[in-house]
Amino acid sequence: MSAVDEPLAGGALGEPGPEGGGQTSAARLAAYVQGGGVIVPLLTVVLAFLAGGLVILVTGHNPISTYKAIFNGTGLNWLLPWTSSADRPAAALNLQQTLILTVPLILTGLAVAFAFRCGLFNIGGQGQYLMGSYAAVWAGSSFAGMAHFPHVIVAALAAAFVGALWAGIAGLLKATVGANEVISTIMLNYTAIYVGDYLFGLGGPLQNGAQRSVPVSNDIVPGAKLHVFWGDPELQGLHIGIFVALLALVVFWVVLNRSTTGYEVRAVGLNPEAARSSGMSVARNYLLVMAVCGFFAGLAGAMDVLGWQFRIATNDIDISQIGFYGIAVALLGRNTAVGTFFAALLFGGLLSGTSQRNLDPTIFEPELASNLTTIIQGLVVLFVSADVLVISILRSGRRLMPWRRSRS
Amino acid sequence: MDAALELRGITKRFGRIVANDGVDFDLRAGEVHALLGENGAGKSTLMSILYGLYHPDEGEVIVRGEPVRIDSPRRAIDLGIGMVHQHFMLIPVMTVAENIVLADEPRSAGGLLDVHAADAKVRALSERFGLAVNPDAVIEDVSVGQQQRVEILKSLYRDAQILVLDEPTAVLTAQETQDLFKVLRALRDDGKAIVFISHKLGEVLEIADRVTVLRRGKRIDTVPAEGATEASLARLMVGRDVLLRVDKAPPHPREPILEVRDLHVRDDRDLPAVQGVDLTVHAGEIVAVAGVDGNGQSELIEAVTGLRPVEQGEIVVEGRDRTGAGARDMVVAGISHIAEDRHRRGLVLNFNLAENFALREYRTRKYSRHGWLSTRRMVAAARSLIREFDVRGGEPETLAAALSGGNQQKCVIAREIACNPRVLVAAQPTRGLDVGAIEFVHRRLVAERDAGRGILLMSLESEEVRSLADRILVIYEGRIVGEFPPDATEEELGIAMTGGGRREAA
Repeated sequence: MSAVDEPLAGGALGEPGPEGGGQTSAARLAAYVQGGGVIVPLLTVVLAFLAGGLVILVTGHNPISTYKAIFNGTGLNWLLPWTSSADRPAAALNLQQTLILTVPLILTGLAVAFAFRCGLFNIGGQGQYLMGSYAAVWAGSSFAGMAHFPHVIVAALAAAFVGALWAGIAGLLKATVGANEVISTIMLNYTAIYVGDYLFGLGGPLQNGAQRSVPVSNDIVPGAKLHVFWGDPELQGLHIGIFVALLALVVFWVVLNRSTTGYEVRAVGLNPEAARSSGMSVARNYLLVMAVCGFFAGLAGAMDVLGWQFRIATNDIDISQIGFYGIAVALLGRNTAVGTFFAALLFGGLLSGTSQRNLDPTIFEPELASNLTTIIQGLVVLFVSADVLVISILRSGRRLMPWRRSRS
Repeated sequence: MDAALELRGITKRFGRIVANDGVDFDLRAGEVHALLGENGAGKSTLMSILYGLYHPDEGEVIVRGEPVRIDSPRRAIDLGIGMVHQHFMLIPVMTVAENIVLADEPRSAGGLLDVHAADAKVRALSERFGLAVNPDAVIEDVSVGQQQRVEILKSLYRDAQILVLDEPTAVLTAQETQDLFKVLRALRDDGKAIVFISHKLGEVLEIADRVTVLRRGKRIDTVPAEGATEASLARLMVGRDVLLRVDKAPPHPREPILEVRDLHVRDDRDLPAVQGVDLTVHAGEIVAVAGVDGNGQSELIEAVTGLRPVEQGEIVVEGRDRTGAGARDMVVAGISHIAEDRHRRGLVLNFNLAENFALREYRTRKYSRHGWLSTRRMVAAARSLIREFDVRGGEPETLAAALSGGNQQKCVIAREIACNPRVLVAAQPTRGLDVGAIEFVHRRLVAERDAGRGILLMSLESEEVRSLADRILVIYEGRIVGEFPPDATEEELGIAMTGGGRREAA
């Protein structure tokens, strides 16, 4: 008999490792996910764009020219050497926008990814982000006489710690009474929205002192604004928050992979019972990890407030989605540092590339375009969940054929 | 020619690894043919090929004289091949009859399940082969032995002529095993062909007509069970003489290093599990706690290793009271723990070996400084442990999940001995291991005893207890009900373990 066409059923049973090391497509797939491979996420993105292209086609537009316009809208064409010098200034502006959005996406992505590595699902990035931004706007609009550098530090840390505290509530509930963190973080998201509505709403304690009829916060003082190092500060140039986000990625990787704390976090995430048997406190890790997640998300809020928003209006609070995008970023980025960076860049690009400001209106109506972002984002999340689903089906397939596993 | 099944020259490769290397196997109608081999010898791969889960790279499968291509379990079922997996594939909330007819249901007019026809068919089958089951019972309410019967009936219902049983006795009690053997004999006498996969030598000799031994993917020999002995089969299996009995010198017990006094512990349901246990382990001896599963031995072990709170009593290690210490403090106090369930508790399967070896001591200077891990040291330590404990198939960077059960257990033991404990608590240290690996574990435990450690062994296998322990404590309903020397008979222990023994001072 021939050695060709390995049956798929066998593939479903393939385990990564010395024996199953990637002979069948399914075994390879599983190995990629476990090893943090890039094929699956890339495939996910390609599929999402293809499906999004169909949607564009149905609306009577040309998908290729639309995607090209979106790409130019992201400003990523600035990086291409053949972009003409006439197009460069516009591309630079667009790229600055993309990167400004990438900053909080990286940080809220890490807020979700870090929790995942400890076996927790942090849906509360949005609430932690909001609470952080409230703290940042308060600290940034107070202490008017403070020097620039300490003021920025104080405002950023205040935001990070308030975020940590907010997430810490869910961590504490999980650690002490075992409350499901998915539920508690979702609840805390709503609570955070209403806290903001109260603080900055008409008559609220932090509402703008000069304009009593507008539900908006005070502006932060110039001394608390992050330095803009690329582009015009008046036109939302790129602020140094991007370096804070990149640093956070490095810290995430180093702590997780090189510290005893990160080792505990990963052990708890992979096998809490074995971690407990090794003398680790699972509860302590849950609390710590949630607090760190909140720290990242709170920092994201600070970067937005100190970097380009400078104030918070209650209607911004209600429509803000950055924390939720963080979930998609972490899922697509496979909870790794590098993956989170590229996934954040992708979503940052999508958000800015389809915005009314950046997208060429002659190609695709910007009013439709933001919906396109939502569609593509939805598809990415769908496909990411779908491949998680596919993998879990493959795994349970292996459970159904337990005699294929090594006896133990 | 009455060969029900023939496998000729089956070769199956996984990358560079040859799981089956030109294996021949033949099965006659009306015989029980045992397939014997260590973990990773290729038994499961061979049967996966027969059941259509893998396609062989070379070789042919001949069923009743016809060369066939089995590309799916469905095809295997159509060819009259039935498989009883070690973990049952039953739907817990459905009845016995519903499970048996599943996917091949008798239908009444209108396409609905004909419950009465299903019941009747199941009853007829179960009477014919002496497989007593109640068709109306719900699966989750019946015993494991019953569930296994349901699995067998499922195959018979689909007209299986060839029945493959994968380690069927692993989940059964001694009595259930005897019942199963009765059923298998009845099936054999009815002309069914049965493949019996096992690595328990005694059972193979008892039930099989012929035995085929696999080792490292190759068929070593096929021998009639009559005339074979446990020793001869073990030699075929491992490729060398195996010590089935543990070879050990008399113990030289010294000072007491673990003293448990009047210990009371509650179980997960908050019911009393350990109710006043006193025991002492001296340096240089192996003390076994023997008992039927569920008599408090697991909770006792968990209390001693700091994983379960102590309700009352004392745990003293080397003269210092350690009652109430947590898992980490118990390690520091000198207690190591070979956990009962290495997948759940002993290892982080998705950690690599270096990370698994560091689980106990990652905070010490051996592996880290000021909270930062030294990858270099972790890898170096892993390399030396892999060498010392002969862990096969793994590098420091290999995931623990990729190792065979025996090698995983070697990793656990290596880690627990590496932290140089005074007391080694070994809970079911050979569960699920094959002969070669069991021998390794036993030898190592004896060596550690001779090196002056105290060993507290918990085992459910009285064979293991008798061959390894220097003193045997029988636990029954949370109390030590007797102390026996290692030459106590199986019967004496058995009576004590079921609560019938006379009470002795422990």
